[in-house]
Order: sequence, then C-alpha cells, then structure tokens
Amino acid sequence: MTFARVAPEAIDPAEVLARVGSFRDGATLLFLGVVRDHADERPVSGMRYDAYQEMAGEVLMTIAEEAAERLGTDRVAVVHRFGELALGEVSVAIAVSSPHRAEAYEASRYVIEEVKERLPVWKKEHYVDGVSEWVEGTVPPGTAPAAEGAAVGKEGDA
Amino acid sequence: MPVPVRTLFFAAHRDRLGLSELTVELAQGATVADLVAELRGRGSPFDTLPEQPAVAVNRTYAMLNEPLGAGDEVAFIPPVAGG
Repeated sequence: MTFARVAPEAIDPAEVLARVGSFRDGATLLFLGVVRDHADERPVSGMRYDAYQEMAGEVLMTIAEEAAERLGTDRVAVVHRFGELALGEVSVAIAVSSPHRAEAYEASRYVIEEVKERLPVWKKEHYVDGVSEWVEGTVPPGTAPAAEGAAVGKEGDA
Repeated sequence: MPVPVRTLFFAAHRDRLGLSELTVELAQGATVADLVAELRGRGSPFDTLPEQPAVAVNRTYAMLNEPLGAGDEVAFIPPVAGG
C-alpha cells in the first residue's frame, strides 16, 4: 500500500522497507538520504530540517501516488524526517518494489527528485566553524511567476 | 467586514521575523498580493519578506492573485530544500 509520512522521529529503514515487497515483485529498492559531513568543500557538523508538516505530509503522499502510477504497483513507501539531525542520520527513506527492476529504479528516482522540487521542507547546515546557513532551495512550481524565480531563490542565501 | 487570515512563516522567513504565525485582518475581496503588501507595509522586519513570495493557500501552492476568505491559511514558502 502506498505510504507517506513527514515526522520528527528517527527513521527506521527496515520499517519503511517492510511496507513494500510482495511475491509478485522481483525487485525491491531502498534509497536513504543521509546527512553528510561536507557541503562543497566546507565541513558540516549537522543539519536542521524545518517542515510545514501538515502540507508536506499531503504533498509527499501525492508524490508517492504519482510514483506508484509510474511503477505500475501500489508498493511505494516514503518517510521524511525533520528537526535536528546528526551526521550519518537518515533524512529521507524511499522504498519501492515491482515485478522488474527498471520501474523500481525509475520510481525511486522520481520520488527524490520531486521531493527536492516541491516538498515544503527546508534545511539549515551547521558548519564546523560554528556558522549555520539555510541551504539555497528551489521555488516550487505553481507559485510566484517564473520571472521572479531567480530573485526569490536568492532568499535562501541570507 | 474584515477577513481574518492565518499566516505562517518557515525557515529563513521565520528566523528573520522572529515569529512563526500571525493572524492578519484583510478587506473583503483581498488576494495574496494584498496580504504581502499589508505585511511589507508594516516595515522592519516584515519588509524582509520578498515582494513576490512563493505561497501556499490552505496547503496548496498558489499564485499571488489567489483570492482569500475568512479562515484561510497562507504559508510563505522560502525556496524548498528537502531530501
């Protein structure tokens, strides 16, 4: 069954994985987004994720349903976390399963790319030098006019 | 009769304003653009909000000409960065 959740609790990848898979499926895929220790060349010590939780839950479900349609099965599960995350912690987990591998890879990739494009979630990098900055993001489709996109995008720099 | 609108701020906007939520009273027939103008017109720190922000109305992305009604929830959406 298609599943989506946006919550502050630590993600258990095994729990997300267990939501997909069936005897009809020859391919099961798990993608984990993990907090890494650098941004470009700058050392990072951790990350804060902010979320518009109620809307993000709805948008994530829509993305999961779109992925399921591409996949041709309903076996898509995706969980996104928010709050303070340490290095190595999982920020997003995507599990999909399908009879063959090609659709599974495509659906998994679709979910992560759409998350970056339109999930109302933000991240602030904490650098080892003590400074913290919001990561420059993407203006979601269906909002401010495209011509303003560049100017609005600059927002994230401050 | 004024129309109360619940306004939400996240991430960089919330940091700059020092608040996450505000109820704003608008005139009948007001749009998101009117809400933005009303807030920015208050001066510092509200003038740090973009003139053309991305917004969601009642949890759906919307354009600035979206009309608003009593009890609507308008979120200012800084450029998103999930994943």
